[in-house]
Order: sequence, then structure tokens, then C-alpha cells
Amino acid sequence: MKTLKNLSILFISALVFTACSNDDDNPEPVNEEEVITTLTATLTPVGVGPSIILQTRDLDGDGPNDPVVSESGALAANTTYNGTLELLNETESPAESINVEIEEEDDEHQFFFQVTNSLATFAYEDFDGDSNPVGLEFTVTTGAATGTGTLTITLRHEPNKNAAGVSDGDITNAGGETDIQAVFNITVE
Amino acid sequence: MKHYIMIIACCLFNITYGQNCNYKLSGNVRDFHDGSAITGATIYIETLDRYTTSNIEGNYTIENLCKGLLILEVSHLGCETKRIEVQINGDTQYEINMEHHIEELNEVKIDASGNPKLTKTSQETQLKTKTLERFSAFSLGDALKQVSGVSSINTGNTIVKPVINGLHSSRIVVMTNNVRLQDQEWGIEHAPNIDLNSAGHINVIKGANALAYGGDAIGGVIVLKPKTISLKDSLYGKTILGAQSNGSGYNVSSSLTKSWKKGWYATGQGSYKRFGDFETPDYYLTNTGMNSKGLSLNTGFETFEKGFNIFYSYLNNEIGILRASHIGSVEDLVNAINSQEPFVKDDFSYDINAPRQEVTHQIIKADFYKRFKKFGRLEVQYDFQNNQRFEYDVRVGDDRDKPALDLTLKTHTIKSDLKIDSKTNAIYKFGVNASLQNNFANPDTGVRRLIPDYDKYDFGIYAVSDFKLGDNTNLDVGLRYDFNRIDAKKFYRTSRWEERGYDEDFADIVIDDLGTQLLTNPVLTYHNVSASAGITHQFNAHNSVIFNYGLSNRAPNPSELFSDGLHHSAARIELGDLRIKQETSNRIGASYLFKNEKLSLNLESFLNHINDYIFIKPTGTELTIRGAFPVWDYVQTDALLYGLDVSANYKFNKQWFLNNKTAFIKGRDLTEKEALIDIPAFKTVNSIGYSNKKWLNFNAELQSELVLEQNAFPDNNFEVFIPTTEELVLLDISSPPPTYHLVHFESDITVKLSKKTDLNIGLNITNIFNTSYREYLNRLRYFADDLGRNFMLQLKLNY
Repeated sequence: MKTLKNLSILFISALVFTACSNDDDNPEPVNEEEVITTLTATLTPVGVGPSIILQTRDLDGDGPNDPVVSESGALAANTTYNGTLELLNETESPAESINVEIEEEDDEHQFFFQVTNSLATFAYEDFDGDSNPVGLEFTVTTGAATGTGTLTITLRHEPNKNAAGVSDGDITNAGGETDIQAVFNITVE
Repeated sequence: MKHYIMIIACCLFNITYGQNCNYKLSGNVRDFHDGSAITGATIYIETLDRYTTSNIEGNYTIENLCKGLLILEVSHLGCETKRIEVQINGDTQYEINMEHHIEELNEVKIDASGNPKLTKTSQETQLKTKTLERFSAFSLGDALKQVSGVSSINTGNTIVKPVINGLHSSRIVVMTNNVRLQDQEWGIEHAPNIDLNSAGHINVIKGANALAYGGDAIGGVIVLKPKTISLKDSLYGKTILGAQSNGSGYNVSSSLTKSWKKGWYATGQGSYKRFGDFETPDYYLTNTGMNSKGLSLNTGFETFEKGFNIFYSYLNNEIGILRASHIGSVEDLVNAINSQEPFVKDDFSYDINAPRQEVTHQIIKADFYKRFKKFGRLEVQYDFQNNQRFEYDVRVGDDRDKPALDLTLKTHTIKSDLKIDSKTNAIYKFGVNASLQNNFANPDTGVRRLIPDYDKYDFGIYAVSDFKLGDNTNLDVGLRYDFNRIDAKKFYRTSRWEERGYDEDFADIVIDDLGTQLLTNPVLTYHNVSASAGITHQFNAHNSVIFNYGLSNRAPNPSELFSDGLHHSAARIELGDLRIKQETSNRIGASYLFKNEKLSLNLESFLNHINDYIFIKPTGTELTIRGAFPVWDYVQTDALLYGLDVSANYKFNKQWFLNNKTAFIKGRDLTEKEALIDIPAFKTVNSIGYSNKKWLNFNAELQSELVLEQNAFPDNNFEVFIPTTEELVLLDISSPPPTYHLVHFESDITVKLSKKTDLNIGLNITNIFNTSYREYLNRLRYFADDLGRNFMLQLKLNY
């Protein structure tokens, strides 16, 4: 009998403690801080001609939607373009520029530009405190060759900038982790 | 003043009448369980230095007693000696209850020689204190591998999750001092938060037959208990100091116990471990250090009839994860796999940088038990656990020192167990438990929640019974019901919500639309029934068999339901599914045991059929700004696992012995007709040992560990386009690493420093030949080799 009594006390206390511990507050949404949704490369020709804008935009981050990639037009042959990159986190409103973070930690970041069919060459125009390249600013020079190909822009975090070829823009020995890898279809006319 | 006089008067009055020494104490001596008379019990009257015995009806009489306190010591063959205090104020009747079950006795007061098994008809193995002490510097998962059929799934060498017969994580229940560990065990990189040094012994029960611990332990149950305390007036302690070459690690663990004959006891234990970067034969594994601090306090009161226990434990682990395993894209993974060496190989350091984990687990428990005459034992327990997990990722800017994952899991549990053991041939156990769990994912991380906020309610009720069918046969049957309810608040990206088709099936659970994301309130309820039956038969002194069957159901865990995002070290997008149902396991076990003076052999076979087995598999790719990632979905299939675990020991003579532990296991996906992923490869450990008591209790053992290449694996390889090289490359994430063979050595001596102090000195060498190898079940095998040679020195002081 006593045992039964003890058991019933236990049941009652179980009910009491499950009943009084519910809270209905909704969680706050997370402010995603490091997501890079958008990469825009603006290529302005030295001299006359239209600027070319290359953009990749993935508003749902790691979500299922593919990035939207756009190229505003063709590059002209035998032309040098001044290039700049802008990185945005558009999940926040207003959109947050990621450029600032990269500039602050420029020794830990480097962009790589790779183009197929020898359509253009790239040169870095900005450097970190150790005189190693960064790549937010660069020049693109097209040659006489015309045609289509791809341009891959890669951002590596913590690459080994001193490894062979890396400061010349060769990604082979760079290591580090990929933060962006955007592929654009380009045309040189 | 008036009172004062009164008191003195009373005292005088007492003294005058206290001289009367003609009182009689009588009564009978009975068995506590069934109330039967105990004949011939010796009753020693300590205060008078006189003896008497109980007669054939169990009656006793002590005459010519004075008023006052009488101390009796009652003893009987096969019973625990009992001390009783009786106040004599006249002729007194006093019934003495003796505990007559040897086995039951062990539960209360256990000597060093033999701890009982927790179950009668399960495939159960016990690791004793001496074995655990050897692993003082390591983790629970490392020590459990001493049991044939238990392996581990690792992330590096400090995150070690036990695998029992091919199953792990939520399929294994870990009990520590009768508390079911709740520490986000769903995560593959979440090792059990247990300080091995706080355990006195560990029982491993394969399969789900131990229903008292839970109905969802499809893989098995690991039961850790603190070192049993012998109830006598004493103060004793133990200190272990260790140092090892690999990782330049050191560890210290110390415990001190005070116990009193009357039943009170208190133990305090603390341990500290520190490791720097571990090394392979060829390079350091940068950022693999560890910093671990543990503390436990255990106190209470214990007699045969009643007692209580209060337990607190604290464990803080800071664990570095191989720097080179943090990758950003599939291309990085291709590079890592193809380069055969990690891309970060720095010099040795004790620094623990990102990626790293910092986990703090605390347990508070209080229990109380009482035995009722001619009935049984009732126990009531409450416990609270707080698990705080931070995971730091490689991040930039202001977020550098901010955790990427910040989860707090709080669990309250109350439970009660009733054991009815008044009948000689049957023991019945009943129990109920109720728990409430709250998970809080801190939004300040700036990273989308991996696991949402949720409240989880669990309720369980069980009945098991153990019948003795004749002298050599035992039968166990059990039944259990569990109710699980999970009430979560989760944000889904609108794009993901639609891609999963949840907008059609779960439209009613959306409680807020924030434009690009939805707040939802999934409430999922599961009813689970489990059952077990087992029989053991002893043919003669040498041969015995066990057969058992277990039915168990496991509700999906938060990761299987809610996972939603990119997994960095695996370079894959992992997606849970709200539609996942519980999985159902039907497991049959059969064991044969042989034992004579020279040979002991234990063959344990099993067949585990799991309906709706929940696992993760690749289903496609998704493109992000970092490139294409494979998508891995949690899905369900029907699976079959079967295997044989062998452990054998042969003693040539008092000095030399041979030992073998072999495990063979196969896992099949019955729907896809292919092998299951992450099934341990065939492993055999053979050793030759020598011990000699005359040489300072010298023991030495040379061990050969052979792990064959796993040939049965699903092919999840896929081709990826690498834009930087413009090539289509096959990403081989499936092929297991080749066969490896390691040789280990261990030895120890014991020196008696004084009457009460022993010093044990141990020298162990693992991977003597500094062999390079990779293990299939180490998740960092894509990035680096496993550990090279390691020298360990351990000093153990018992005082």
C-alpha cells in the first residue's frame, strides 16, 4: 500500500513538473553575418568603351536555389580594363559590404582569376602589408584573340601566399579554403 | 532554575531505578525477503560481551539486561553481519531481519573480486577498474574497444564515439551512475561527455535487451558505475599520473573516499588532461590538442534497507579539430584527398585554435531507496543535466572569436524503479520515467541554427521479470512503452521549405513568414513499444548458452529531423526530413560460453533486422557561390546487420597466456541491395602475456592488432567539375583505406611502499613500428594519417 502511495506521489510530481515548464516565446531569427551572396566585378576600360559588369548572386546562401550569374556584355580585344570587386551580404538589410572585412584582413585573403582560351591576362593592383597580392583591384588585358571562354574568380581564405606561383596568381599551391568560386562566361570581340 | 532542579531530579530518579537488571530482550530472526525463520544466527551482545543463538524457529532470548542501550551484532552463514542498537526500557520484543541473498548483497556491498552482471540473458561484458585505469589518459570510446564487437567512429583521435555491433550515436544509451546521458549524442562529432576516471567499472550490454535503461538502445547500453565503496571506517585514495610522448601529453587523476561503517560515504574525484598536437609518423597534426577538466562528488548513505545518493559531476573539454579538415568547397576536398597530406602542417604546439569544440557537461542527481520487508526495493531518482556546446569555426573579422554553434541542452528526469524479489524463483522489476528537455540555440552566433530550439517530453514505463527455471536455467522477459514528443520552433529558408515539398505537407505549421524565411512549429509525437526475451542455460560447469530476442523502436533524433545546411569538414549539404518515422529493430542474439581452468571462450553472434533504418546518403548536388556541393539526405531503408564477436583466453600456466578478440560484422541495405556505410572492418587482436607475482607483480603483454580493408561499402563517389583546372574529376569519398597491422606493448609492476600504499608503474608503447595508416571509421581519414608511435608512462598510487 505504501509502495502504491509512493508511486502515485511520483506520478503526480511528474505531471506537475512537465506542466509548468512550457514557454511559448518564439525564437529570434539569426542575423547571418558572414554569408557572401553577391560578387560583382566591374571592368572599366582604360580609354573609351562601355564598362562590363559580371555578377553572381545567390540570395538563399546554402539554400537550394542556384546563384544567378550575369554578364553585361562582351570585352573588346586589345583593351586594358581596370577591375574592382564588390562582395555583398544581401541577406541583411541594408546589404553589408564584405570588402571591408577583406581589406582589414588582407593578408589572409587572395582572389585568383583564371581565364580559358588565353582570352585575357590579369594583374593585381592591391597588396597586403607583406606586399603580397589581394585582388579586390586588378587589371584585365585582352589580346588580339577573340572568342568565348570562362572566367573563374576564386576567393581563398588563409592561402599560403608564399608558396610557389601564388603571388603571381597561380592557385595550384595556394591551399586554404574556398570562400567564393564564381564562373562567368565571357566573350572577347 | 526550576527546570534545572527538575532535570537533576529526573536523573537521580533514573539512576535509582536503572539498577534493575532483570529485563529481557526477545524476538525472532527472519529473512528480510520472504520472512522465513533463520536458525542458528549468532547474536553477540557487544555491550556485555555475551553470545546467544537463534533456535530452530528463529527465536532468541537475552536475559538479565539492565536499562540502557544494547548493541548487538548478528551474524549468520551467507548473510551480511548486522549491527543493531536496541534501547532497553523494560522487557522488549525486537524482530531482527537478516539479508539472506548473496547476490543481492553484492549490489550493496561489493568486494573487489566480482561485480555482478546487470542482466542475466544479455550479451554483456564488464570492464573492471584495472582496465579503465590503463585508459586514464584516453576517452570512454578508447576503453570500450577492449570489448570484442565494440569499435569507434572518430573525428581525429580525441573525439571517439563508441560503436556497438555497427551502431552508434542515438542508437546507444550511455548510463552514468544511473543517469541517462543527454549530451547531443545525435552528432557524429559529439563524443560522450564522460570522464572515464569517474567510473569504477563499465558494463557493455549489446542489443536492446536491458529495457530498464531505455527502449531505443538498438545498438546497446553502456553502463558506468562509480567505484563501489566498502562500508567500513576508512579513508583511502588513488592518484594516477601519466605522461605520453605523442602529443606531449600529461594527465593527472585523483580521488579520495571517506567511508563509515554505519553506511555514510563521500568521494571526491578530479582529473586533468592536456595534450598538444598529436603526430603521425611523418608530420604533426596541427590543431589536435586537448584540454580536459573533470570533477565529481559522490556522497550518501547506504545500508541494506535504505539509503540515498547525491552525485554531481562536471566535465569541460576543449578539443582542437585538425586545421586541414576545415574546407570551403568540393574542390578543396578533391585537393585534400588527392594530396595525401594535410595542407597545414605546422610545428608542435599546445595551442587550440579554430576549428575547435568546447563542451561543458554537468550532472546533478539525487536518489533514495528503501527496501520493504517480504516485498522488494523501491528507488526514486531525480537528475538534471546541463550540456553547453560551443563550436568555433574558422571565421573572419569581428566574428573570429564568436562560436558558430552555441547550444544549451537542459534535461530534467525523474524516475522510479521497483524491484520485487521476495520470491526465490522470480524477480520482477517495474519502472517509470519522465523527462523534459529543452534545447536552446543561441542566435548571436551569426550562423543559421543547425538544430532548432525545442522542448522534448519523454515518458517511459516498463516491466521486466527474471524467472529461475530449475538450477541451471534463467528466463527473462520484458515489455516497455515510450512516448516521445518534440515541440520545435524552426526557421526554414522559404526556398528550402518549397524544395522539400513542406509547403504542401506541412503548411499548417507555419507560424510566421519573414519574407525569405519561415518560422515553423513542428510538433512530432512518437509511440514506441519494446519487448525482450532471453534464456540462459548452464549445461555443466564448463558450457553454457544464451539466446535472446529484442524488439526496439527509436524515434528520430533532432539531427535526422531538422538538419539543414552545409557541413564544413565534409563539404556537403546535409538535410533532415520532418517525415522520418521511428525505426524498428528485431535483434536475435546467441552466445556460447566455455570455461575451464585453462581456456575461456565466448562466442557472441547476432542478427539485427532494422525496419526503416535512418541513415544519410547522397542524393544530388546544389550550386552555391562556393561552387557545387553534394546534397546528403536523411532517408530510411530496411537494413540487416549480422556478425560474430569472439573473445578467448588460454592460460598455459600461471605465467603465460594467449588472448584473442575478433569481431566480424556485415551490414546490408536490403532495399538498395548494397552494403551499409560506416560498418567496422574485420578486426582481430591477438596478444601474448606474461605475469609473475614474484617480480613485483610484473605483467607484460605484446599485442598485435590487425584491421582488414573494408571491402563492403556503398559507392558514393561522384564526378565534379573543377573550374580552375577545367577538368572533370572523380571524387573518391567511399573507398576505405587499406589493411593495417599495429603492434603494441604494455607492462606494469607494483611496489608496496607501505602497509597501505601501493605504487603501480606502467609502461605502454602503442604502434611500436611507427606504421602509417588510416582507419575507415575516422572521419578525418580524407585529410591525414592516424597516430604514430606513442610511449606512455603511468604511475598509479593507491593509498
